[in-house]
Amino acid sequence: MTEPSVRLEAVTKAFGDLVAVRELDLDIPQGEFFTLLGPSGCGKTTTLRLVAGFEQPTGGRVLIEGSDVAGMPPHRRPTNTVFQSYALFPHLNVRENVAYGLRRKKVGGDEIKRRVEAELERVGMAADINRRPNQLSGGMQQRVALARALVNLPKVLLLDEPLGALDLKLRKGLQLELKRIQREVGITFVYVTHDQEEALTMSDRIAVMNQGRVEQIDAPAQVYERPATTFVAGFIGVSNLMPGQVTRASSGRGQVRLDSGVEFETATDGIGSGERCHAVVRPEKLEITPVDSSQGASATGDPSSARIRPGPTGSEAGRAQDGRPTIDGVVEASVYLGTATQIVVVLPGDVRMTVLVPNADEAERARLPGGGAPVRLSWAPEHIHVVRESAGAPAPDAGDRAPVAETSK
Amino acid sequence: MTSPKGRDRSAPRGALRRRAIPYFLLGPGLIWLLLFFVVPLYFMGRLSLESGSLETGGFEFTWEWSNYGHALGDYQDRFVRSFFFAGSATVIALLIAYPLAYAIAFRGGRWKNALLFAVVAPFFTTYLIRTLAWQTILSDDSPVVSTMQTLGLLGDGGRLLATDGAVIAGLTYNFLPFMVLPIYASLERIDVRLIEAARDLYSSARTAFWRVTLPLSAPGVVAGTLLTFIPASGDYINAEFLGGTNQAMIGNVIQSLYLNLRDFPSAAALSFTLMAVILIAVFIYIRFAGSEALMGEEAEKAK
Repeated sequence: MTEPSVRLEAVTKAFGDLVAVRELDLDIPQGEFFTLLGPSGCGKTTTLRLVAGFEQPTGGRVLIEGSDVAGMPPHRRPTNTVFQSYALFPHLNVRENVAYGLRRKKVGGDEIKRRVEAELERVGMAADINRRPNQLSGGMQQRVALARALVNLPKVLLLDEPLGALDLKLRKGLQLELKRIQREVGITFVYVTHDQEEALTMSDRIAVMNQGRVEQIDAPAQVYERPATTFVAGFIGVSNLMPGQVTRASSGRGQVRLDSGVEFETATDGIGSGERCHAVVRPEKLEITPVDSSQGASATGDPSSARIRPGPTGSEAGRAQDGRPTIDGVVEASVYLGTATQIVVVLPGDVRMTVLVPNADEAERARLPGGGAPVRLSWAPEHIHVVRESAGAPAPDAGDRAPVAETSK
Repeated sequence: MTSPKGRDRSAPRGALRRRAIPYFLLGPGLIWLLLFFVVPLYFMGRLSLESGSLETGGFEFTWEWSNYGHALGDYQDRFVRSFFFAGSATVIALLIAYPLAYAIAFRGGRWKNALLFAVVAPFFTTYLIRTLAWQTILSDDSPVVSTMQTLGLLGDGGRLLATDGAVIAGLTYNFLPFMVLPIYASLERIDVRLIEAARDLYSSARTAFWRVTLPLSAPGVVAGTLLTFIPASGDYINAEFLGGTNQAMIGNVIQSLYLNLRDFPSAAALSFTLMAVILIAVFIYIRFAGSEALMGEEAEKAK
């Protein structure tokens, strides 16, 4: 069993009264692409700086490859950082920027030349070796910054929102390239971002942070499909949250009853009987069907009103013929996103749900219900998932229905 | 006016006006420079080549190049002394100003503006008064001198006034803000993440300073040394009040030639010579210590 590349044991960092990181435990194995994801101010950058040595923890221990690095200054740590603003030395050309670390380590001149050129080749900047940083575009500077860190073959590479300042298209390309380089060099990457899509694309594992705490550490698919808390559910993707209560729980499974009256059985993941919870269904897992006003029990009221009462609770009310749970509501808005159409549906109790319908067929899209139309949402039982309320933090604003592809700021 | 036709007609005029704007902005400065620098310079240059004296009916333009020969020959020692005093004051001011500017820029915190104000505060008193205050401080019967004599730092009968040290100290004091401010401005602009990047790339705090902070503040150092050295070389106030006959600088000679001896051509020739020497010195300095030499240091080494 090899030592984890980075290990944090109950690490706390306070700046005066402000606690940036609380009792954080992390184990990052050698060679992993590990992402710290969270909104600004969640403590992710502070965590990175604690590993780099720019900050000293006020409690707990930081271990790199098994050795405690307490009090060790950044220049003695086997880590290198790619900064958000690249922080290339403006007075040095590309070659000297990349050679900087090797020169400080007193590596021989020929070896420096060879390694610098090989590294610039890897990031595709070999042609610009004699240029100054101010002659390079943002994307090019980012590549040089990456080369400058990687050329030293650190044990751990720390990346602080390295793509944050780039435009969307460039960012997408560099995401894939970063991932390729990481596989190639096999160095542990600790990556900080507030962009959930970026985290899902690149990471082996993601730690979702909120207010200095880790809410969930999991593989991208797990974080997305099975969020642990309302915060994670909301931060990754759209927070389709329906409040409810666990009515019966035993050995991991239980019965959940939503406030709207719908009942279903699901895995409860340690949420006890009688506890409040939220049910999550991802927008693309929801199916939307128009309700024919002649038969829908809920469509008898004013169709433009969001305050539609559910039908009488019972086995028939929240269940379609094929056994899928259903819930009725009213379309509030419909937005064309290109690859899909996003429909926001208001459920009883002013709960908003987002539905994503792929735009596969022009004719089908024309039949999608417009604003004010009564609709019925249904989902496969395996696609609903209950999460506990996040401690301390309110769930992200459920009213914020930004298109999925652009939730990153 | 909002009709497309009207816009069409005004477009070329607007473009013309836009092109003229830089000249309007340059105008006042150019006129000022022409009236109060170029024109006097011309008359001074002409004057420096005249001969005669006030007693014998004034001066006459005679291409009198010997004025320059005299200027260089007769006052060589004072030239050397001027540059020695100005150079010493510049070096001492740099040694005081750099740490001071560094502390204000990186450790000043909320006191930054108050500290900068303190640096500039002496300017609220005129140059002459400040120098006279130094004369009082260094005078033979001042507490400073008697204390130093008591402590044995100064021999009995030893003086501070009318020494090289007094003049250099005065010059240093008077031009210190000119050194502090440009260095502060260049340090203030440095992104602290660059220093962090250096620390991250295996530089100790000291190495990071020599490799990153200092080269990046080089423009401020160059500006500060020029702003100190140039006026200090031509200064005569400090030597006048703080020095004796053995501390006379080239500025004192010019002043006395002008105001006491009324030998205008010699004074003008001396002024021109001083200007030329400073220009050459500055040119050499910028060639060696200027931006490229300092900034490209590591790049040069790599070749």
